[in-house]
Amino acid sequence: MSMLKRTALYEEHKKLNGRMVDFGGWELPVQYSGVLNEHTAVRNACGIFDVSHMGEILVEGPGCVGFINYVTTNDASTLAVEQAQYSAFCNESGGIVDDLVVYRLGEERFLLVVNASNTDKDFSHLTEALQKYSGVKPRIKNASAEFSQIAVQGPLAQKILQSLTETDLSLIKTYWCKEGTLAGVSTLIARTGYTGEDGFELYVPWGDGPKVWESILDAGKSDGLLPCGLGARDTLRLEMKYALYGHELNDDTNPLEVGLAWITKLKKAGTFIGKPAIEALKASGPKKTLVGVKSMGRGIPRQGYEIYDLDRSTLIGTITSGTQSPTLKQSIGVAFMDKKFETIGTQILVKVRDDFHEFVVCKTPFIEKK
Amino acid sequence: MSYPNNYKYTKEHEWAELVSDTQIRVGITDHAQNSLGDIVFLELPKVGRELKSHETFGVVESIKAVSDLYSPVSGKVVQANSDLVSDPARINANPHGEWMLVLESTDAKTQFAGLMDSAAYSEYVRSL
Repeated sequence: MSMLKRTALYEEHKKLNGRMVDFGGWELPVQYSGVLNEHTAVRNACGIFDVSHMGEILVEGPGCVGFINYVTTNDASTLAVEQAQYSAFCNESGGIVDDLVVYRLGEERFLLVVNASNTDKDFSHLTEALQKYSGVKPRIKNASAEFSQIAVQGPLAQKILQSLTETDLSLIKTYWCKEGTLAGVSTLIARTGYTGEDGFELYVPWGDGPKVWESILDAGKSDGLLPCGLGARDTLRLEMKYALYGHELNDDTNPLEVGLAWITKLKKAGTFIGKPAIEALKASGPKKTLVGVKSMGRGIPRQGYEIYDLDRSTLIGTITSGTQSPTLKQSIGVAFMDKKFETIGTQILVKVRDDFHEFVVCKTPFIEKK
Repeated sequence: MSYPNNYKYTKEHEWAELVSDTQIRVGITDHAQNSLGDIVFLELPKVGRELKSHETFGVVESIKAVSDLYSPVSGKVVQANSDLVSDPARINANPHGEWMLVLESTDAKTQFAGLMDSAAYSEYVRSL
């Protein structure tokens, strides 16, 4: 008997011959027509992804802004209604519990979208934090089972979705959202994503997932829209050097070590969980950093591969993610390593099985953001 | 996809073709390429290397996965397909036509006879 959880779109994936895999306890398609094909569709036209496994946590009522600011590194008080921000939960040691997107749906209504495999951990973390929190306590609710989430990503995303909604999508700016109706279904339409392309993430009632999914597939058919799996989602985010929890981020990494100083607002009002530890690291200076590396050679870096200085004996870090970039046709990787080697152009060695392969620290994103 | 009747197979999803009494060609099956997805990297041994049966002889990588390649028989590498190393995506397109190695052994014929035939391999794949 399978213990894997299924999204409301499971039967859709089977119909489309999706190759189902276990992804953090969820049975989801890694690919349909092939990772390269799907990746290219998103870069050049449009792709649709089932991301219903993502967790949704609602924070509502008086005190919600103060509490969100207490549990996240970014400053939620700066958000206007319908605006979103990337943020992180930290533990007392400054390690990252999870990264998330915070949507302000109303003055006192927020939606926190977290990683699937961390949802239970995050909710426990928030429940504990709420007990310790001395301010006005908002209501928190794990609403993950209530939402199907569908990402529609690519340069033609707006055109395709516009045919299904009265909401003027051109008025929704990047990292803003609007509640509306799409394909006849009440939908939170957010201009967010994880691919580096323009696009939308749609939050709909769980059971309406298939209706919205099928409508978008139909609407996008003539524009080359393809269903895309987790494989393409990973290569697309990797070309942008977007962090993935469990790869670039974990309970021991401090935001300042992984390029997330920009979402760590040490000067915002009040304290937040992890702030003293993050301030201490800021004072002493982070010793590690996350950089992009690439190679002209053929060896592909993978998570866990060791990185050495040119002397072949000084271990300076590890690869957190790597692949052959479908866009560049080049080996690319994200490296968590000694900050001394962070300058663009620095040569390093990645140990691929028994051989040392030359890589160079490079500019990121690996591809130009459109 | 059907598995050629004149080939033999391993549980690690390599195929073997007896090209003479002493030489065997080796590749990976359609099932293997399909499980891997888009293949972007192939590493093969140098000509002259002696391989034992079940020994790792190389690596194949798709966008997502890394997989070792295992020698179906014991023998000496007399050819490695360098064209395939330059363009590994050809394995996806024609898995049973694109060979990786030619292995030479005096008892190639006997070793070949000991491998799974296409009916047994098809059954094995169905059971996975």
